[in-house]
Amino acid sequence: MAIILDHVSYAYDKDNPEKKAIDDVSLHIKDGQFIGLIGHTGSGKSTLIQHFNGLIAPTSGNVYFDGKNIHDKEYDLRALRTKVGLVFQYPEHQLFEMDVFSDVCFGPKNQGLSKKDSELRAYEALKLVGLEDEYFYQPPFELSGGQKRRVAIAGVLAMKPSVLVLDEPTAGLDPKGRDEILDQIEKMQKETGITVILVSHSMEDVARYVERLIVMDDGKIMYDDTPRNVFSYCDELEAMGLAAPQVTYIMRDLKKAGFPVKTNLISVIEATDEILNKVR
Amino acid sequence: MLRDITLGQYYQADSIIHRLDPRTKIMATIGYIVSLFLVNNIIGYAVCILFLAGMIMLSHVPFKFMVRGLRAVIVLLLMTVVFNLFLTQGESLWSFWIFNITKEGLRSAVFMAMRLFLLIIGSSLMTLTTTPNNLTDGIESLLSFLKIFRVPVHEVAMMMSIALRFIPILVDETNKIMKAQMARGANFETGGLIKKAKAMVPLFVPLFISAFRRANDLAMAMEARCYHGGKGRTKMKPLHYHLRDLWGYIIIACEITAAVFAGMIPFAIWIF
Repeated sequence: MAIILDHVSYAYDKDNPEKKAIDDVSLHIKDGQFIGLIGHTGSGKSTLIQHFNGLIAPTSGNVYFDGKNIHDKEYDLRALRTKVGLVFQYPEHQLFEMDVFSDVCFGPKNQGLSKKDSELRAYEALKLVGLEDEYFYQPPFELSGGQKRRVAIAGVLAMKPSVLVLDEPTAGLDPKGRDEILDQIEKMQKETGITVILVSHSMEDVARYVERLIVMDDGKIMYDDTPRNVFSYCDELEAMGLAAPQVTYIMRDLKKAGFPVKTNLISVIEATDEILNKVR
Repeated sequence: MLRDITLGQYYQADSIIHRLDPRTKIMATIGYIVSLFLVNNIIGYAVCILFLAGMIMLSHVPFKFMVRGLRAVIVLLLMTVVFNLFLTQGESLWSFWIFNITKEGLRSAVFMAMRLFLLIIGSSLMTLTTTPNNLTDGIESLLSFLKIFRVPVHEVAMMMSIALRFIPILVDETNKIMKAQMARGANFETGGLIKKAKAMVPLFVPLFISAFRRANDLAMAMEARCYHGGKGRTKMKPLHYHLRDLWGYIIIACEITAAVFAGMIPFAIWIF
């Protein structure tokens, strides 16, 4: 069920094909990976993820899912969208039903499942995102930002996708809400084993969770590696308007000041151990 | 569908037409439309076409932007032509089964089509060269005499400019909502009329909610800045007439006179 992008380029303005939102991107997204996609605003990450489920067709290049070109004439794009679930940034753009539960049922119903099966899926999905039962029959518009986001994610999860793409799932949330959502996503990823692609402009959020980090700048992929290796380019990242986690900077400055510490550390705990070791 | 809305689509350029006072442009457009309905022969149309062509040249707006406005009314245009062509009584030119084309029918069909065509191109020229804000300022100022009849001209103009301002935002939002629902397997394309109408619910509910939320936020922001309606309100950029506006009025007056006189030339009817 891997997604492969083969030299994909995309230009929004057909009259001006030189101005590319996506510029010659090739990617291989393997099963079960937890991936972070990072780039500052306007780097093309939102455009890129819409190629994964065929909402946008590339200007040039091909997209393959499960070995098949998704823009072949016979290919069923609607079926693909149930396999590659995409959750957009604003939950307000998709919530429309009178209560949370029926809203989550919308996806499975579109798949042609029976009422009973849809409800079962909806219940499962709502449990996976950690929404308490008391909210199930409330109007989704009255929920808090974090809960709305959970419902939106559940609405896509209920289709049982094998790949879940989340566009800025933490935007507009306070630190507590952000950590809760990300922890829940991590837990869900471990439980179900599905591929998760987390889109963000904040390194710090994503670094702790993902095993692979893709960094985009100006429509191109700059780095595609483990977070640890990516963060070793902290000067280059800064030039792109991104930043490495704060500890990376501390370790770098310590090294500059003459302490023989490793600089490729990404968490506070790792850094503490390293410093204590060297001090002793 | 959504891209055909030319209303409020301003084309940025630096030309004498862009710099004209919006009031001049509105009055000239009205004058031009009146002249279109006064002429009824080929010479009269030639005057209108020449005038319009001259204005388009002066405006530096590419012609393809004008034609874009036509797309939305092409059906209306075709229907007018067909009805005029087949349903006008008179001297028969050609007939087949129940269809009968008359000389008068052909004449009125061609004239009607030209009239509509020139009307739409002419009015898009105004909207393309005037920012929506300027346009509503102009309308407000032109209609301000209605204030003596206690018509809330300023408030209506403010509502118009807000509505215009929100068109692109809501179009953009519609696209985003459509995508979000398509990602959940929604189907907007296939199915019968009822099924299609039902498919619109997941699109319209979030759209309306968002529109109301925006309206609420805007009202709050306006109140926070002490907006209290038109009374005693001054403008940051008040409208001023310049010399070029005088020329604008003179030119449009000439155009109307020329068109009316051209319509009086008796032999012109014989040409067509």
